[in-house]
Order: sequence, then C-alpha cells, then structure tokens
Amino acid sequence: MAMADFWGMGGYAAYVWPAYGLTLAGLVAAVLVILVRYERAKLRLKRMVGDEEGL
Amino acid sequence: MNAFSAILVRDTRLFFRAGGGAFLALAFFSSVAVLVPLGTGPDLALLGRIAGGVLWVAAVLAALLALDRMFQSDFDDGSLDLVALGPLSLEGVALAKIASHWLATGLPLTIVSPLLALMFNLPDRAYPALVASLAIGTPAVSAIGAIGAGLTLSIRRGNLILPLIVLPLLSPAVIFGAGGVLAAIDHVANGALWFLAAFSLVAVLLSPFAAAAAVRLNLAG
Amino acid sequence: MLELANPKRFMEFSYDVLPWVAIGAAVALCLGLYLALFVVPPDYQQGDTVRIMFVHVPAAWAAMMVYAAMVVASVISLIHRHPLADVAARTAAPLGALFTALALITGSLWGKPMWGTYWVWDARLTSFFILLLLYLAYIALWNAIEDETRAARACAILAIVGAVNLPIVEFSVDWWNTLHQGESIFRAGGPLIAPVFLWPLAIMSVGYTLLFVTLWLLRIRTEIMQRRIRTLTLSGDGHG
Repeated sequence: MAMADFWGMGGYAAYVWPAYGLTLAGLVAAVLVILVRYERAKLRLKRMVGDEEGL
Repeated sequence: MNAFSAILVRDTRLFFRAGGGAFLALAFFSSVAVLVPLGTGPDLALLGRIAGGVLWVAAVLAALLALDRMFQSDFDDGSLDLVALGPLSLEGVALAKIASHWLATGLPLTIVSPLLALMFNLPDRAYPALVASLAIGTPAVSAIGAIGAGLTLSIRRGNLILPLIVLPLLSPAVIFGAGGVLAAIDHVANGALWFLAAFSLVAVLLSPFAAAAAVRLNLAG
Repeated sequence: MLELANPKRFMEFSYDVLPWVAIGAAVALCLGLYLALFVVPPDYQQGDTVRIMFVHVPAAWAAMMVYAAMVVASVISLIHRHPLADVAARTAAPLGALFTALALITGSLWGKPMWGTYWVWDARLTSFFILLLLYLAYIALWNAIEDETRAARACAILAIVGAVNLPIVEFSVDWWNTLHQGESIFRAGGPLIAPVFLWPLAIMSVGYTLLFVTLWLLRIRTEIMQRRIRTLTLSGDGHG
C-alpha cells in the first residue's frame, strides 16, 4: 500500500515521474557521452605519447 | 564630404539599387502580411487585434533579409580592409552602415505599414502608435542586426545562421513595439513606446562597438 | 588563478580536483533525491507536484549559472586572448543548453496540473525559452566558423552581447506578461517556499552545480587532449 502511494504521487504520477525520468535520462546521457569522449581521447593520446604526461 | 556620410550615401544607394535588398524587404514584408490572414481566416476583429504583432514580426523578418549585405560585399572585395585603415574608426563605419540599412529597410517599412494595417482592419486610434513604434524600434533592428552581420562575416552560408543569432536578441523590440500598438487599441497608457525608445537608444549606442569588434576579428589574420 | 591558465598546470590541477567534485556531486544529488522523494511532505496547495520543483529549480539555477560562467570565460578570452578561456566558454555552452532544456521540460510538466496546459506564456518559461535559443545560437555560431580563434572571439562577443541583452529580455517579458495577464490562467504565483522545501532545494542546487563543474572539467580536459592529439598528428610525431 505504501509503495502504491509512493508511485501514485497523490494522483500526479503522470507529471512527477516524467519530470524525474526525463531529468535523469538527460543527465545520465550527458555523463555517458562526456565520459566516453574523455576516455577515448585519453586512450589515443596515451598511445601517442606514452604515460609520461600524467594523464 | 566626410568619411561617415560618404559611406552612408554609398551604402544607401547600393541598397536601393536593383537587387540591393531594399525592395526585396518591402516585398517580403507585404507577402508575410498577406499570408497571415490566409492562415488565420479573414475575421476582421481578430486581424485588427493582431495587426500590430504581425506587422512587427514581419518588419523584423524583412529587415533581416538585407542584413547579410551590410558588410559582406565590402568584405569580399577587400574594400573593408581599406576602410579599416582609413580615417573613420570601424565603430563609425558600423554606425554609418546601420544608418544606411535603416534608411533602406526600417524607414520604407514604417512608411508602408499604414497601408498594410488598413488591410488588417487596425482601429483608427492605433495608427499613430503603429507608425511611431516602427519608426522608433526599427533602428534597434538594424543595430542589433549589424552585430549578427559582423559575427557571421567569415561564414560561407552566414545568412542561415544570422536570424538564429539576431531574433532572440530582438524579442524586447517586438514585445514593446507590438505592446504599444495594443495599448493604443485598448486605450491604456503603459509606457511601451518609452521602453521601446530606451531599448532602441541603448541598441544604437552600444551595437556599433560590438559590430566593429566582430568585423575586426574577421579582418585580422 | 592565472597559474591555472597554463594548460599543463590545469591538467594537473583538474586531475586532483575532479574525483572530489564528482563525489560531492553524487552525494548531494543522492541525498537531495532522497529528501525530495521520500522525506518532503506534499504541499497543501500543490500536492505532490511540488516534488517537480526539486528537479526544476536546480536546473533553472544551473542554466543561468552556466551562462554566467560562459560570460566570465568570454571576457577573459577577449581581454587576455587565452586559449584555455576559449575552451572553457565553448565547452560550457552545450551543458547550459541541456540544463535550460531540462528546466523547460520540468517546468511545463509542473504547469500541466497547475495551469491545465503544458505551455503557458508565463514570464519565466518564456525567458528560459529565449535563453535556450541564445545557447543554440552560440553553439551554431561556434560550429559554423572554421578558424578556432576566430570562432572563439566571435562567440565571446555573442556571449557578452547576450549577457547585456538578457536582463532587458527578462524585464520586457515580465512587462509583457502583466500586460496579457487577463488571458492567462496563471494564478498561483511563485510558490511560497516553506523551510521543509528549502533544504532539499539547496542540496539539489549544490548537486547540480557540482555536476556541472565535473562535466565541465571533463569536457575541458577532453578538448585539451584532442588539441594535443591534433598537433601531434600534424607534426607527424605520433603513430596513433
């Protein structure tokens, strides 16, 4: 029952959950894209100059 | 004749030449104004109320059309480099070009606007406000447009990106301009035209500096 | 501050700082989410929709803060002609656009039950829409100019012009909103913030700020590394 109350959000579930869901999706997507690009650049650079630059 | 008025006269003449943009702007202004009733339906009461807003939006869009000519041709044939070395600062050059752009677009649009307003059934009492708001506000369109024209100078298809830059910056002009017309329709005094005048003044005073800085960065190197 | 302007120094400094900022962001966001979803009671007027505020307000705050950061970087870039400031301004813009878009989406999801429609030409929503357009114009201008330093300077000018214009836009939209108030359904006004709501809001805002700093640092580091890769490739030094 408590769980159903929580998901029901007092009848506003249709607005509360999309707001949180889309926010989460947007932020997670940004984090992932940025991390992937970061690691890729790091890898490429390491292959070129070796480890001496303390990346 | 000093350098400022020399540029002013020459550019204004170029704008009015065939294919120079001035007549294009007028034709565009009228076409938009014709399309709107076709889209909304010919309800005269509705048209009378939205006339100020529609004509303002159409005027801003029409003025944008000729913007890419402001610096571009002088930049392409290298005369902008010569002008930059001349006696007049680039800020002065920008101001002269803003003035000539306004003479070629803002002023004719202002003069023609009552005719189009007639077709929109604008209430009689709002005509002075419409003409005054366009006369006061269109210099801001030319001024802020000059910044966009300067920034997009080195881009091959800069005319595509120019509206994206300029339109959001112009929203206060549309708000105050169309708001002034509505205020006249509704017999209220809300100071719209004063706000518009202030916005226009600030735009005309500050834009030459930003536009000159934008042109300068494109000339260097 | 000036010492950081050296890219090598910046790489070392950001390498040390990054984990802490990232951990801070994660802790603040988790704590804020927990408070927002499980602890805060429903508002007596807005019911559970008040919970949308905890993702809306921090996004709006971040959207404006990122623009401010971009303007500061742009001013430094114009005055000192420093590449790091260029990179900082450039990498901040898409993040700002993201936060602005999130603020708009959550704002309209809050507006549907409150106003009865997803979009009301409310002063705040409208000026955030214009802010989003400014971000997009900035990004488009940067992508359109091929020469790096030219793009940096043109975008710096645009950012500063936008900063001068934004308060005027804000004022004009507020003015316009009161002018047309008779037509809008908007009544509730800005929600009065009770202390129960204040803490989660503050914690979430800190979380968003730290998240932005984390992503910003990562993007700046990525850009510096990519530039290094490019110079190495051009000089024929590397084998990658």
